[in-house]
Amino acid sequence: MTDSKAALLTVDNVAKSYGARKALDGVSLAISEGEFVALLGPNGAGKSTLFQLLSGLFVADGGHITICGQDIRRSPVKALARIGIVFQQATLDLDLSVERNLMFHARLHGLGGSVARRRVGEELAAQGLVDRRGDRVRDLSGGNRRKVELARAMVHEPRVLLMDEATVGLDPGSRATLLAQVHGLCATRGVGVLWASHLVDEAERADRVVLLHQGRVRAEGTPAELIATVGVDSLAGAFAQLTEGGGRGTPDNPKS
Amino acid sequence: MTPAHGLRVLGAVAGREVEKFVHQGGRFFSALVRPLLWLVVFAAGFQNVFGVSIIPPYETYIPYQVYIAPGLLGMILLFNGMQSSLAMVYDREMGMMRLLLTAPVPRWYLLLSKLVAGTVLSVLQAIGFLAIAWLIGVELPPEGMLLVLPALVLAGMMLGALGLVLSVHVKQLENFAGTMNFVIFPMFFISPALYPLWKLQESGAEWLHQAARFNPFSHAVELVRFAMYGQFQTTSFLVVVGCLLAFFALAVFGYDPQRGMLKRTGRGG
Repeated sequence: MTDSKAALLTVDNVAKSYGARKALDGVSLAISEGEFVALLGPNGAGKSTLFQLLSGLFVADGGHITICGQDIRRSPVKALARIGIVFQQATLDLDLSVERNLMFHARLHGLGGSVARRRVGEELAAQGLVDRRGDRVRDLSGGNRRKVELARAMVHEPRVLLMDEATVGLDPGSRATLLAQVHGLCATRGVGVLWASHLVDEAERADRVVLLHQGRVRAEGTPAELIATVGVDSLAGAFAQLTEGGGRGTPDNPKS
Repeated sequence: MTPAHGLRVLGAVAGREVEKFVHQGGRFFSALVRPLLWLVVFAAGFQNVFGVSIIPPYETYIPYQVYIAPGLLGMILLFNGMQSSLAMVYDREMGMMRLLLTAPVPRWYLLLSKLVAGTVLSVLQAIGFLAIAWLIGVELPPEGMLLVLPALVLAGMMLGALGLVLSVHVKQLENFAGTMNFVIFPMFFISPALYPLWKLQESGAEWLHQAARFNPFSHAVELVRFAMYGQFQTTSFLVVVGCLLAFFALAVFGYDPQRGMLKRTGRGG
């Protein structure tokens, strides 16, 4: 983490259980301005649960989540106003046009008529979707639907962007484009990004990688740090070793 | 949330519902066909079977179609309330519910916006039905025209709130048929929508009579029936308002991530 910058998102010792099963157990992480943090983990690691807690869909059993200084439990409305989310599952209204989907979101975030129209126009332009603004979402390709979701997530100018397995179902070209666009948002707009994925190659350009396995943070650091600490020659190798056999016997935090 | 933000959210939610309603061109037509069939065909066929005595708010013998008109208005509101429930389940399956629940808006206000949007559509359809019913002889006094609108709004909101509660429990669209069988039909038939409750008592079905007395839909129908003739039915008003508040509170509880059914079932939208 870049210590000189204030954290936009902090997750402090968060726990969540479903009955007797611990989905998250003492998870902590932080994201600062302009930082791209990859949340890597195999299926069932707890990534989706963490995203549900970050987006206020569920409440943690323990610990604290703070977004731009707002505790999501005590001030959910203020905290949610500062994040943009692209869910793993599509969340677009297929029967509405591209523009109407974005306008709907803008109004949910309280943007007024002219401001909402301007912001929607800017984000559609950023995604190269201006000529598709009147098309029904149902008629778009999977790649373009993801672009619409990214545009929508940015309409209200969030400080933090949560991307939950956002490349699922995309072809390699669309996947690379989406990843590059999100890196661009970090660089040009200073957005802090939490990018959850089980695909290691998507984490290779990340500022930091948080490796989640069986509900716990197994390792955290830059890709180079993880590779060096585990003593392998690639991030994929580090991922494989750290998630093998439940991750026992591996360093909990190579960075510290 | 500022008042301006609140109005934008309400406008967005209501606008989306209206836009989808308009795009589904046949929905308005089909919503009217069902009660009109009852009004024209069923009422004609059963005119002499169901003969209705003089009971308040009526001051003279009335044709059967006049008697069942408030019940059919209730039917429109009931079906639309359940349609709102269906729309919530659809939104959950399509992922839109996640978007709504992660908006920076208090959950209760989001649900209220959904309820208002659904009620607007319900009442518009009910007014459309009233206009056609007028053409075929169901006339309202001027004071009735004034009072029936707030009665329709209240009854529509109460049944819409019931739909919100059901949407917490209906896990899949496929389960909606169960809602029809276990909610809509019993509520409709065990009520004064088609026959006065004393008819049930007279036929010896005392338990049905008692069930109808405690059926919130019965009070929605009676509230509308009395309002159509410019009269205020205090008991029905209190029951409808009470049920509206109770159903809405249950819906807010159900959608609360800390306490409700969503937590227990592990469903986030």
